[in-house]
Amino acid sequence: MWGILGRRAVVVDGGFSASCLRSRMRSGLVSARSYAAGSKEMTVRDALNSAIDEEMSADPKVFVMGEEVGQYQGAYKITKGLLEKYGPERVYDTPITEAGFTGIGVGAAYAGLKPVVEFMTFNFSMQAIDHIINSAAKSNYMSAGQINVPIVFRGPNGAAAGVGAQHSQCYAAWYASVPGLKVLAPYSAEDARGLLKAAIRDPDPVVFLENELLYGESFPISEEALDSSFCLPIGKAKIEREGKDVTITTFSKMVGFALKAAEKLAEEGISAEVINLRSIRPLDRATINASVRKTSRLVTVEEGFPQHGVCAEICASVVEESFSYLDAPVERIAGADVPMPYAANLERLALPQVEDIVRAAKRACFRSK
Amino acid sequence: MATAFSATLPLHGSQENRLLLPPTRLAPPPPSSSFLGSTRSLPIRSLNHAHASRRSPVFAVQEVVKDKKKPTNSLLITKEEGLVLYEDMILGRSFEDMCAQMYYRGKMFGFVHLYNGQEAVSTGFIKLLTQSDSVVSTYRDHVHALSKGVSARAVMSELFGKVTGCCRGQGGSMHMFSKEHNVLGGFAFIGEGIPVATGAAFTSKYKREVLKQDCEDVTVAFFGDGTCNNGQFYECLNMAALYKLPIIFVVENNLWAIGMSHLRSTSDPEIWKKGPAFGMPGVHVDGMDVLKVREVAKEAVGRARRGEGPTLVECETYRFRGHSLADPDELRDAAEKAKYAARDPITALKKYLVENKLANEGELKSIEKKIDELVEEAVEFADASPQPGRSQLLENVFADPKGFGIGPDGRYRCEDPKFTEGTAQV
Repeated sequence: MWGILGRRAVVVDGGFSASCLRSRMRSGLVSARSYAAGSKEMTVRDALNSAIDEEMSADPKVFVMGEEVGQYQGAYKITKGLLEKYGPERVYDTPITEAGFTGIGVGAAYAGLKPVVEFMTFNFSMQAIDHIINSAAKSNYMSAGQINVPIVFRGPNGAAAGVGAQHSQCYAAWYASVPGLKVLAPYSAEDARGLLKAAIRDPDPVVFLENELLYGESFPISEEALDSSFCLPIGKAKIEREGKDVTITTFSKMVGFALKAAEKLAEEGISAEVINLRSIRPLDRATINASVRKTSRLVTVEEGFPQHGVCAEICASVVEESFSYLDAPVERIAGADVPMPYAANLERLALPQVEDIVRAAKRACFRSK
Repeated sequence: MATAFSATLPLHGSQENRLLLPPTRLAPPPPSSSFLGSTRSLPIRSLNHAHASRRSPVFAVQEVVKDKKKPTNSLLITKEEGLVLYEDMILGRSFEDMCAQMYYRGKMFGFVHLYNGQEAVSTGFIKLLTQSDSVVSTYRDHVHALSKGVSARAVMSELFGKVTGCCRGQGGSMHMFSKEHNVLGGFAFIGEGIPVATGAAFTSKYKREVLKQDCEDVTVAFFGDGTCNNGQFYECLNMAALYKLPIIFVVENNLWAIGMSHLRSTSDPEIWKKGPAFGMPGVHVDGMDVLKVREVAKEAVGRARRGEGPTLVECETYRFRGHSLADPDELRDAAEKAKYAARDPITALKKYLVENKLANEGELKSIEKKIDELVEEAVEFADASPQPGRSQLLENVFADPKGFGIGPDGRYRCEDPKFTEGTAQV
């Protein structure tokens, strides 16, 4: 019925805590798994925690620094238990000095350590953006390969629920425009584990964009993903659901929405292919273009501001490389071009919803008919 | 060991706490008159000094030397040390003068910031460091790189934008990096190098305490007076003192941030005072005198190596040229420039060496000649070197060759022949 060959569809209840913050999203999470249905489930939070834990135990040069990562167990509990396990020499509670501690992390990476710097949200990274871009991203190039910077900047990115304009911006487009950075955005628990482990091992600076609303969501996880040497490749997107009529590309929380949209479209006879980008930089243009060449239609979805966004880059890439395969103009669904409002109904209007994705896909499908 | 440094804590502005000012000041002056500003008349420095009996034009900077109770006829350096210092300062000066020449001939381009006049600070500190100690600087970094050991050829080629430069022509004047000599940059944004230097010092401590390695490396961060109004400076003073990091914060206070006088932009211009506010010693030293700088540096570096934590050293110095070669330098008073030109650190050291019979004119002249030839040779080398090849444009963006990351086996994924080609190239 879903038209997916060779895969078993698994319906998973999100396992949300009964919190009113989540109630708007509570409509039954559905995700197609490419692995055989594992009976183990893991929340994204536990996945991230286990990833950091395993990498810290494997390599003593890895350490964690950020606000509230230690005694508070992490502002969002991602670093829970690490202080007790590794001690205060490897889990640093910093003062509120983003520019300072980010720079210290970069300097430590120059000198050979592997810091994992947590921003309480990526909005606060703006206070440290000079170090992320000028001292981390550009250093391998400026020093002609002498000094590489094996640092990970991680934290929640994008909108949460009702947190207002200064806590809701998505930074994927900003960081992904800078050569020298790798930018990753996981969706599921497997993504979170695999990509964070890859990021910590990576010799280059990685901006790791998590999502606060995904932390509590559970996903099935395979035995392979639970292995401590597991990691995912960077620069490779994942096809979450195969289809033949329209390609929907997206990342982070929007993957969940896209999958729901794909279900709705399937009821109307449109088979949508959902691509989870996973890696915003390097962008997996090959996978996106191959998919568009197959389906001839593109809908790109993101949560961030529309102008100069990730979607704009994907549309440009597809138009440049697969123009003659397109049967309809490319569609972009992004957040509204306004700072995030506070009121709950306005916030809902400012972010893409499942209906928006469905509408855009239908537009893309009916245009040429 | 009682030193002037330990006398600083706690400090809060009372008269007794001005122990760290050079004894030459007979009366505590109001803050702005200890420096020359464009609107001030020249203050007179008293030469009456408790140690005047030493009859040396280079007098002790402060109690540091007093406490050690050196006999009055002892010298601060040996002959070998003196010649090393002299050669390093002459190298810095000749190199920078040659840069100016080359810039006006069009061989060098972009932003070039010269260090003429400040050589005592670089030589005074860096000549006490080992190869594994780190130095972090600003855009005025040519001489820091040279003092640390990067060859004149490599620096000159880098300035010419040639592939034989220390960063293969990819960094330029403001971004001198050398892994071999632990020169960690070269940063264009002021204040940017301070947290990076703090991080390198953090690594020394981490290596000792967590990785249980033998690590006594210290880091020296050089920056200017303008930087001392920047937030990152204070953030790092706080964290360096909090974590007791082996770092020395060296302020090259040359009184001017491009055309902005330090006095016009700073509520309390005495930067050394800001150290004790964060729990570390703050020292003020005459940065036109390499021997004084060296004495202070010995103490500060020793403190850091022993694990006693950071020090803030304010060096009063002056840049003889403009902020950069593009700066018309119209705002600085000619009388101020003349006053500092009379305190040229190289002339002062030369005088000290000759008067104390550590070297004669002939030896010093031969050093100057040797350095002239070295710098000329560096220019020829740089001229003859090729420009970077076209393929170099896309290299070195990542350490990871194709950007696919590291696999479970610990090797780069792109090395695995079974891994499909993606578009992860730049």
